[in-house]
Amino acid sequence: MAKAKEEFAIPKLVDIPIIPAIAPDAMAHSKPFVAKPEHQEPLGFPGELVDNWKEKALDKMGEMLGKYRSLPVFLDACVKCGACTDKCHYYLGTADPKNMPVARQDLLRKVYRRYFTVAGKYFPKLVGAVELSEEVIEDWYKYYHQCSECRRCSVYCPYGIDTAEITMAGREILDHIGIGQKYSNEIIAKVHKIGNNLGLPEPALANTLEGLEEEVQEDIEVDVKYPLDQEGAEVLLVTPSADFFAEPHVDGLIGYGKVFHRAGISWTLSSFASEAANFGIFIGNYENMQKVAMRIRQAALDLGVKRIVVGECGHAWRVAYSFWNTLIGPFDFLDPNYPVPQHICEFTYDLIQKGALKFDKDANDDKVVTFHDSCNVSRASRMGDMPGGQFMIPRELLRASCNHYVDMAPDTIHENTFCCGGGGGLLTDDLLELRVKGAVPRMEALKKVIDEDGVTHMAAICAICKSQFTKVLPYYGMSMDMIVSVHQLVGDALVMGAEH
Amino acid sequence: MSVLTAIFALLFYTATVILVAGLVAKIHQYARTPAPLKIPTTPAPTTRGGVVARLFREVVFFESLFKGSKWSWLFGWLFHFGLLIVLIRHLRYFTEPIWFVAALVQDIGVYMGFVMLLGLLGLLGRRSLVDRLRYISAPSDYLMLVLLIAIGGSGLLMKYVSRTDIVAVKAFFLGLMRFDWQPLPADAFLLIHLVLVAALMIIFPFSKLLHVPGLFFSPTRNQADDPRERRHLAPWAAKLDATRTAGN
Ligand code: HEM
Ligand code: SF4
Ligand code: SF4
Repeated sequence: MAKAKEEFAIPKLVDIPIIPAIAPDAMAHSKPFVAKPEHQEPLGFPGELVDNWKEKALDKMGEMLGKYRSLPVFLDACVKCGACTDKCHYYLGTADPKNMPVARQDLLRKVYRRYFTVAGKYFPKLVGAVELSEEVIEDWYKYYHQCSECRRCSVYCPYGIDTAEITMAGREILDHIGIGQKYSNEIIAKVHKIGNNLGLPEPALANTLEGLEEEVQEDIEVDVKYPLDQEGAEVLLVTPSADFFAEPHVDGLIGYGKVFHRAGISWTLSSFASEAANFGIFIGNYENMQKVAMRIRQAALDLGVKRIVVGECGHAWRVAYSFWNTLIGPFDFLDPNYPVPQHICEFTYDLIQKGALKFDKDANDDKVVTFHDSCNVSRASRMGDMPGGQFMIPRELLRASCNHYVDMAPDTIHENTFCCGGGGGLLTDDLLELRVKGAVPRMEALKKVIDEDGVTHMAAICAICKSQFTKVLPYYGMSMDMIVSVHQLVGDALVMGAEH
Repeated sequence: MSVLTAIFALLFYTATVILVAGLVAKIHQYARTPAPLKIPTTPAPTTRGGVVARLFREVVFFESLFKGSKWSWLFGWLFHFGLLIVLIRHLRYFTEPIWFVAALVQDIGVYMGFVMLLGLLGLLGRRSLVDRLRYISAPSDYLMLVLLIAIGGSGLLMKYVSRTDIVAVKAFFLGLMRFDWQPLPADAFLLIHLVLVAALMIIFPFSKLLHVPGLFFSPTRNQADDPRERRHLAPWAAKLDATRTAGN
């Protein structure tokens, strides 16, 4: 059972972060709700625990070892050097040793060794190999749902062992024996059926967008459009559905609209592909990830657009940037003069480079802004045409729209960034304790710039980060309004003026 | 020819076959298993040349480990650098005339034995003292270090305490390579040293020493960051192109 707010101690933030001593089983009580048959079956998974689960699990593991090179290589190569042990925000926040990346891998590795390696078959005790048991399955379910697949550990590993890959494999095996996670699988089922994570049907979406147009009209007296299903538009924008209604996400969507309007580029959203998020990646399931992504290819073809732009979302950008070409490419029907897909930040940055946008930075003078690098953007994708563009471009947008910008400590930004604590399919209230504790390293870094540089706002380009921070900031005595969308700041500073 | 010589000759033939066949099998497994998705840890090089440079820095400088843990890096690098020079120096037992590189490191090679041991002791110290490392260590993780320390230790004892007839040792190994067996001196430290080395060779393809081929096959390190420019398709994933649909 998930614990309620009062039932766990909120960690104290300290000035100089420490590596905690291990506290075995500190998080052994944390596990998310299990998926019901109606969440499992639409994804092609058994509704509940199958009878021959042990055999099934091992078969699936064997199959995956032959399909994903990362698995045999990562499971064989680890030398237990320990470099990753203090890199995971969940270990730093909970001290549970099974949240050390290598220990998380070992939950799978010890079974791999027992059944798939010579050493583990004949000398299990020597190499720490164990039989697959109910206890092991229980541990998989718990601790593969205490990893946000953020890849921070893979940065520091001498072999680039990426625990996210192991977590995804663990979840894939669990799904195939009937033990899925309710939160992720319910959402994927919704996308398959309706087209977005929230289950917003077309009329509701149209309504929301109309409301937005009125709001913007009232606010700045410019007729900014938020078009839906407009055939022949130049650009299809796919954005996380949270952008349609959640705070502060929606202010980002308002900002995208202003940029399109100012640049005079026609664009549209799609009610069929009304979701950039793709939780298929979180559960490590290729087929579901492909099926979710296919809606976007379909929509782009149906609407006859020339370009696809992706809104502010971390894992969505990973799937779009790194996987789309593989999953739903080739994109030979789109304009080859633009990258496919293009990130909204790249899109805006491009326009700034061309001198197509003007800013009045004073509009944001009530703010001192810092930027939270999202894991999936930082360590699993890129923006622009050079490595590290994903760090430079959002910051350039912020500098173009704000007079006061400060970075957090170097070991907490760029590829060293800490996860918000809610990524990877963990953004659910049944994992609240984990989310609050996992946010510690980011909260400490943020508190430092608040105290030392008077930072008032933290901008982000990820729907999950935004929701997670809105929820956890108050636990640490900070205001939930601190978290803003990059394109909110861009939109607020953008000089709208006359059409051209 | 003595029984001892025959036993050691057979031991080294066996160890060599296991080492080579085991590694070839593993490398073959890694090579034929596709990486269906682009997963380089970014920022990553955008070209093949950049990837080669990245791997070079990982192999030679342990770049990622340096970012991760300065102590592991220091001890680990000392151990590996020492090991490399010592191995090169050992080639003089296998080449006639002595390969010039082996001759070149002849003098510093001796000190490198100590450097290697220092690194190994540092790694063992960390493994036994830091609570996080103790938690993740299996008996085999300690034993591997003990084995390497014992190999290095017995080697240095031969050098400084109880010398053996290295001319005869060389004749033995050249003989093995030419299938013309020569007698092996029956000195305790030499025999211990050789048994342990053979053990290491046999263990290699079944242990974490697979980090050596593993590094080169690691998709997070060996892929170029170019997914938008090039469509990356594994054979099993390519088959899905024909049947993919956008749901209901
Ligand atoms: C391409 C060649 C190699 C590379 C790039 C490499 C790299 C590394 C790195 C980065 C580590 C982690 C740091 C550490 O704990 O020392 C490591 C550990 C280790 N390596 Fe290698 N290595 C190579 C060859 C070898 C060989 C040939 C051996 C043995 C015969 C070896 C034995 C070990 C052992 C035993 C460890 C674990 C040390 C411990 O327990 O902490 N390595 N290697
Ligand atoms: S991927 Fe992130 S959350 Fe998962 S083990 Fe590594 S550091 Fe922790
Ligand atoms: S850093 Fe890599 S090799 Fe070292 S313990 Fe962690 S996963 Fe294993």
